[in-house]
Formats: sequence, C-alpha cells, structure tokens
Amino acid sequence: MGLKEFCFKKSLWVFHLSAGSCNNCDIEILDLLTPRYDIERFGMKLVGSIRHADVLLVTGIVTNKTKSRVLEIYSQASKPVLVIAIGACPCTGGIFTSSYNFAGPLDKVIPVDAYIPGCPPKPEAMLAGVVKLLKSKNRE
Amino acid sequence: MGIEIFYFLIFPGLLFCTVVGGLISWVDRKITARVQFRKGPPFMQPLYDVIKLLAKETVVPLRGSATTFILTPLFALFGATISAVFIMLPVLGIETGFTGDIIVIVYLLNIPSLTYVIGALASGNPLAAVGASREMKLMLSYELPFLLVLISVIIQSGMLISLSEIIAFQTSNGAFIGSLSGFIGFITVLMCFQAKLGLVPFDMAEGEGEICDGIIIEYSGSILAIFKLTKYIMFLILPALLTGLFFAGLSFSGIHILWSILKIMLIILLISLIRNTNPRVRIEQAMKFFWVWMNLFAIISIILAILGI
Ligand code: SF4
Repeated sequence: MGLKEFCFKKSLWVFHLSAGSCNNCDIEILDLLTPRYDIERFGMKLVGSIRHADVLLVTGIVTNKTKSRVLEIYSQASKPVLVIAIGACPCTGGIFTSSYNFAGPLDKVIPVDAYIPGCPPKPEAMLAGVVKLLKSKNRE
Repeated sequence: MGIEIFYFLIFPGLLFCTVVGGLISWVDRKITARVQFRKGPPFMQPLYDVIKLLAKETVVPLRGSATTFILTPLFALFGATISAVFIMLPVLGIETGFTGDIIVIVYLLNIPSLTYVIGALASGNPLAAVGASREMKLMLSYELPFLLVLISVIIQSGMLISLSEIIAFQTSNGAFIGSLSGFIGFITVLMCFQAKLGLVPFDMAEGEGEICDGIIIEYSGSILAIFKLTKYIMFLILPALLTGLFFAGLSFSGIHILWSILKIMLIILLISLIRNTNPRVRIEQAMKFFWVWMNLFAIISIILAILGI
C-alpha cells in the first residue's frame, strides 16, 4: 500500500446525497458526527461540495426524477470516489420496491462499492461497513 | 540572492509556515472537538488531507475561465508566503526588515482574500459568486478597523512604521497589551483576523450549510490542496503578526521559546473559543459589527493612544 492510498484512507471526506429517502437514514448519518460516534477521529468529515468529496453516501431510492441528478453528481465528483449505498432503499428498493416511481436499485445507475442494509442502518453498522470496505481495498 | 530564496522557500517562508500552520490548524480542530466533548482528529491529519488532495483528480469547470481558475490558488499561496516572510523575519528577530514594512504587510495580507474572490468568480458557479460577493463585503468591513488600530499602535510606539522597531520599542518599554488602548486595539484586531481567516462567526463566504462551501465550491484535487496550504500559512502568520503588534514579538533563544509558543497558543485558543461559542452571523450583521462597533473601538484606542493611556 502506497502513501497515496494510506492518506486517502486516513482522510475520507464524505458527501451526502439524498436521492429520495424518507429522511430517516439522513438523520442516522448525522448521528455519526455527534460526540458519541465522532467520525472526525478517523479523519472523516462531511463536506458541502461534491468536488471535495472522496465518498458519496447515497440514501433513499433512486426515483425517476432523481436518476439523472444522481448520474450528474457522480460525474462531477473528482475521482477516485467511493460510492456507499446507505439503507435498504438504495440497496434493493426496500419498502418502495413496487412504487410507480422506483427507477431501480442504485447499482443499476452508478457503480457501488459498499452496501449497508438496514431500515435505517445503525451508525455502528455504517462504521463497520466503511471499515470493511477499506479493508477490502487493502487486499487489492 | 541565495539567502533570500532560503527565506522564501524554507525558513521562515513556505516550508516552515505550512508545517507549523498545519500544526496550528490541528490544534484548532482538536480544541473544537474537546469543546464539543469529542475526541478529534489524529495528529497527522493536516498532512493526510493535503497529500490526499494532491493525489486526487483536478476538475476544471466547463463554464468559466480555466486559466484564472487554476492560477488564482497559486497567487494566493504566493501572496501568503511573501507576507509570511515579511512578518516572520522581524517577529522572530532574524532580520530587521525596512522602514515602512508594516504598510507593505497590510497590502500583502490582502492578496489571499482578493484571489479567493477572483477564483470564485472565475469558476462560473452561482453559489461561488454569492460567496465571492460576501467575501468582498467582508473585506470592505474589516480593513478599516484593522488600519485604524495600526495607526493607534504606531502612535503608541512614537511614530515608528517598521515592525522590528515597534517590537524593539515594546521590548524596552513593555508590551502594548498592558495599556488600555493596546488592549482595546488587540480585541479589535482579533475580530478582524477572525474574519480574515474565514472562521465562525464570520465564515459566511464559505457557509457550508447554505451555499455549499461558497468560494471554494468548484475547487478540487491539487488546487484545493494549494488553497489549504494558504489557509495553514494564514493560521500561523496572523497570530504571529498579533504577537508582533501587541506582545513584543517571538523569540527562539533559550527559555524564550516556551514563552513564544505560549503567546501563539493563547491567541489560537482565543480564536478557537470565539469560533466555537458563536453562531454564524448574516453578512449585513457582520458589516454593521465592523463598521459601527469595531471602528468605534479602534477610534477609542487611537484617542487613548494620543492621551498616552
Ligand atoms: S432505508 Fe428505510 S429509513 Fe432509510 S430512507 Fe429507506 S425507508 Fe427510510
């Protein structure tokens, strides 16, 4: 593992994109910033612009309306960028699978690096998912 | 020629200021974390951030002017480094500088803020334009009180306009912070530097909640890393200038080194605490704050300086 990859892992800046969520997953993500979980101790922080981001967190189903936006956001990111699907919605569709507005799971739209299921997933589960993703990157 | 290049690139210029400034930005983040009962980032975090950004792809926006967009961060770094040399040489007591260098410093310190504005406008992003307009208004508001306090400092030192002579005057006659006019001036300049550093409560140019990082919204990869380095340098030189103006400068000989670190840390602590205990104000509130209250403070400081209190 080179210096580049090491520093990448030590300073993940996270951009949060809500494609069409019920807002519960988003609140759980904000939980990660609270003193109880404090992801800043791993060097992660939430950024406001996709240009700065290393990780794209997508919550909620990709609807027919947001599909083009998700694609655009993904193409605007400066690579390399990891995509993580948070919650049952972007992984499979969750409770909205049979919705008239469902444009398919997230990995049909953009490549996804990690899936974190749960409705909503616990903050611990998100942290565990990120750790597993980084470990799998190590092995490559 | 050789020694000037050494001053500019290594000590006390680019290398020294970015390393120490990165350290200070870590201290600031750690204090913020402790105030919020969190653990905070690891010690090497500023280094990780910069190396990661240098290794990432740089995206240049389609609309907007590519050359200006890419060149402005370089000018920002250049301006910050030049002002670092002019400030750190007299403050550390390495060289004396020249008569009137304090005026040159005032101009040079404006280069980073100006280049932020130009870069943001060159990116062609509407949110960046909002940020740039706020940054310009902020510059208009904090420059005047800063200049007025400089006048007060110059009057107190008996019309000396070179930073090293002002420091020498304080070393023999006691630091200006001890006098009432110096104390008021110190508070005013601290507020101006809070705005210059773009920290809460004056971070409306970068308000990440409303305008998504504002002036730096389109920057990515290595040019964002250069912006970060500029920020680190400013994090060191502005407190250093404050110590030069009010605390009789820094010194790196013997036991004085502890005393110098203490001075810088005290100012960083004040800046951090202000930023952690205040909400972001709106731009017109900030302008009112500087134009009415800070100018009033600065004028009181000048009057007290003339009276010799
Ligand atoms: S996964 Fe569940 S909690 Fe999360 S957005 Fe979907 S429905 Fe809401």
